[in-house]
Amino acid sequence: MKFAVVVFPGSNCDVDMYHAIADELGEEVEYVWHEEDNLDRFDAILLPGGFSYGDYLRSGAIARFSKVMAAVKKAAEAGKPVLGVCNGFQILLEAGLLPGAMRRNQGLKFICRPVQLTVENNETMFTSAYEKGEVITIPIAHGEGNYYCDEQTLERLVENRQIVFRYHGENPNGSLADIAGIVNERGNVLGMMPHPERAVDALLGSADGLKLFRSIVNYWRETHVVTA
Amino acid sequence: MSLLLEPSAAMIKEQKLYREMGLTDEEFARIEAILGRLPNYTETGIFAVMWSEHCSYKNSKPVLKKFPTDGPHVLQGPGEGAGIVDIGDGLAVAFKIESHNHPSAIEPYQGAATGVGGIIRDVFSMGARPIALLNSLRFGELTSPRVKYLFEQVVAGIAGYGNCVGIPTVGGEVQFDPAYEGNPLVNAMCVGIIRHEDIQRGIATGVGNTVMYVGAKTGRDGIHGATFASEELNEQSEAKRPAVQVGDPFMEKLLLEACLEAVKSDALVGIQDMGAAGLTSSSAEMASKGGFGIEMNLDLVPQREAGMTPYEMMLSESQERMLLVVKQGREAEIAAIFAKYGLEAKAIGKVTDDKMLRLFFRGEVAAEIPVDALAKDAPVYHKPSAEPAYYREFQAMPPYIPHIEDYNQTLLGLLAQPTIASKEWVYDQYDYMVRTNTVVAPGSDAAVVRIRGTNKALALTTDCNSRYLYLDPETGGKIAVAEAARNVVCSGAKPLAITDCLNFGSPEKPEIFWQLEKAVDGMSEACRALGTPVVSGNVSLYNETNGEAVYPTPVVGMVGLIDDLSHITTQSFKQAGDLIYVIGEAKPEFGGSELQKWLEGRIFGKAPEIDLEVEASRQRQLLAAIRAGVVASAHDIAEGGLAVALAECVMGASGLGAKVTIGGDLVSELFSETQSRFVVSVKKEQKEAFEQLVEAKQIGEVTDDGALVVNGEHGETLIHLSVAKMRNVWKGAIPCLLKSKD
Repeated sequence: MKFAVVVFPGSNCDVDMYHAIADELGEEVEYVWHEEDNLDRFDAILLPGGFSYGDYLRSGAIARFSKVMAAVKKAAEAGKPVLGVCNGFQILLEAGLLPGAMRRNQGLKFICRPVQLTVENNETMFTSAYEKGEVITIPIAHGEGNYYCDEQTLERLVENRQIVFRYHGENPNGSLADIAGIVNERGNVLGMMPHPERAVDALLGSADGLKLFRSIVNYWRETHVVTA
Repeated sequence: MSLLLEPSAAMIKEQKLYREMGLTDEEFARIEAILGRLPNYTETGIFAVMWSEHCSYKNSKPVLKKFPTDGPHVLQGPGEGAGIVDIGDGLAVAFKIESHNHPSAIEPYQGAATGVGGIIRDVFSMGARPIALLNSLRFGELTSPRVKYLFEQVVAGIAGYGNCVGIPTVGGEVQFDPAYEGNPLVNAMCVGIIRHEDIQRGIATGVGNTVMYVGAKTGRDGIHGATFASEELNEQSEAKRPAVQVGDPFMEKLLLEACLEAVKSDALVGIQDMGAAGLTSSSAEMASKGGFGIEMNLDLVPQREAGMTPYEMMLSESQERMLLVVKQGREAEIAAIFAKYGLEAKAIGKVTDDKMLRLFFRGEVAAEIPVDALAKDAPVYHKPSAEPAYYREFQAMPPYIPHIEDYNQTLLGLLAQPTIASKEWVYDQYDYMVRTNTVVAPGSDAAVVRIRGTNKALALTTDCNSRYLYLDPETGGKIAVAEAARNVVCSGAKPLAITDCLNFGSPEKPEIFWQLEKAVDGMSEACRALGTPVVSGNVSLYNETNGEAVYPTPVVGMVGLIDDLSHITTQSFKQAGDLIYVIGEAKPEFGGSELQKWLEGRIFGKAPEIDLEVEASRQRQLLAAIRAGVVASAHDIAEGGLAVALAECVMGASGLGAKVTIGGDLVSELFSETQSRFVVSVKKEQKEAFEQLVEAKQIGEVTDDGALVVNGEHGETLIHLSVAKMRNVWKGAIPCLLKSKD
């Protein structure tokens, strides 16, 4: 299976995402510069964290116009797994691939710390390796992670089981309904503020993020059974 | 147009306008002699900024020469963007610390942010990939609204810049004392990793080679920043806000990635950050080091604003700019690398053989100065030094012994002192994990960052207890280095080398110069004793507000090497039943202690003594035990003494407690700040192995009851506090002070 890590000017978790896939998961992975317009050769697309284009306007607001985003949309429409983490999530929201918007953290400060999450839906291609209701530890590092959407959208998110991760215990940023990560209706585009790629090695405190990447690989293997 | 408004060379001399730029009458006469004519306005500005203390170290050079700077593992000592030390496997670590005190005093967010930006450029200009940031901060007491504002904005500025560039801020220190009320200290350190063969130098060589400008355009910001940094702060300083630069971390990130690609090309001859004194210092220093000259056409300099004069362009400290020297004919290769990141690498001049800095503007020569006069031949002063009266008084005082009745309340009170209290409020705002190599996060003795692709890690720390330095700069200087080494050793690393940031008052005052001399003497001795040479550093003098100097604050940034990831050790106790040991004995030493400061509201008397041989021997023993795998946790005993150290060991562990017994002079045992001491925990089954390696006294055991219990020899309870209560006080102190309206 082959992963793409999309690199925008200002991305800075691209290296972490790359190593999580290459070193911990042992799958193929390549960096893709934001000027590329074809992602057909990849089986899954990863949008890493960082400060794309400096995020001086609104997080992700410029990145959505990047050349590569048309290819990301195409991959999403083709049903390929698309994962946006932190700034990647913000970009997916700005690009309209996921509903809702981000506001500044309630405390108005950047927060970096490990937090606990509840796996709300373990029946997605990103979470099948988790138990339902499993509490996992994954770090956050953001200044704008206060997720918001209107009431109808929230109802739909709940009905369709699109809320995949919620903050467990303390909600660090004030997000609506303790939302930490959501998928699109089809279930192949996941956006989340916590960084699973920072939780793939117990030496650094947690390896709870590894199951997320394993789920993606499992899904791909199941759907690409080699019929010789 | 504004050119016409510039004073003529004759006016500069007659009206002594050079004084406003910080030049003395003697210095101006010297310039006249060097040039053989009167300097014009641009030239006067260039001399003024290059001969400022900030750029020339003219007052501190004779003192800095005392530092040991050599060692078998030193690949690059002081004088370049950063020092470089070999760590094996063909890899090396590049690091440096730098101050941004004056800008932060008047515009704290941008001052701190650009301080971080500058030090990052120093490291990647060597060709190194920055992997970690640290800082060292000093503020007044967190009771005044102004100090709270400075503290909050400085932390936000550091976070805003470092987080965006994507380099983890993994450690640092913050202390609060009235001595820093008007003049906070903001020191930033950057650490990078480099392969030996990729090491770059800021050098201009090869006649005809091209000088290229990359990065942000030049604007009118930060003009004369280096001069501003070389004078005391006063009521008028607020008017110098325009001398503070504005940071663009996104530009820095692009510049960083592009430069690290460019250094792989053999088309690159030299590279240097346009830091203090911008285009002037980078060009003059590169040419002087190379033994060549540089010619630049200022009309080609990318400009943010219209109508900029040569004076403004040469003195601008606009951020995120680098100067490159590229082999003639290969400019396009370098330009292509920068173009990928949306940056223009623009040829603005060339290397010459006449050792002159020659600037053209609108077809005319705007300045023509020998490069060596600006760089290596800048003036050097041997300032008079005098032992201050306060020092003699302190030395003559009888030992101060605090009177303590309630040990529980004393410990809780100490945990609430902002200097001791948890700095979580600070480091929660720093992305300390990005690049996913941070093994030990902020909050332990030293931060630990692994080196990908190896089984090694670096231990990093910044330290300086300036109270000891104020009481006795020589002893305090020794302690600053020794404490840094203690922190590095506690994390399982062998101390390698240091970088230092010497923050002092005005060197024009003999008493301040004496502090500087003595501190450097003490630091040098400790560096020799501990085998940690000084490989880079920065001097920040004139840290005074309205005539009052800050405490002498030579911040030590130390790097240590952990040669096996399994040696990584933290300060937290690990499991119930482990034995607790103390290395070193307490003496009644409370001069400059946290307890004295809290109880008396001021510090006085003698600083704690330090015996560097004892220090080195204990560090060697502890490191040997850690490497032998017989140490579960290790922590140095610092501010607040053993009681605070024990509290820190239990507060970092979940659900654990400790029960220890102490005898002798209880107040000293619990709260004295006697040096060269450690608290260590050891698994029961490793008791003998540990005791064979380390001279230490067993004082108790780790428990599982979530309480810290300290008993006297006769079984009486001295301290009994729940860890939860201590943690509340310790973690709540700083947020609580910031919220209070008083």
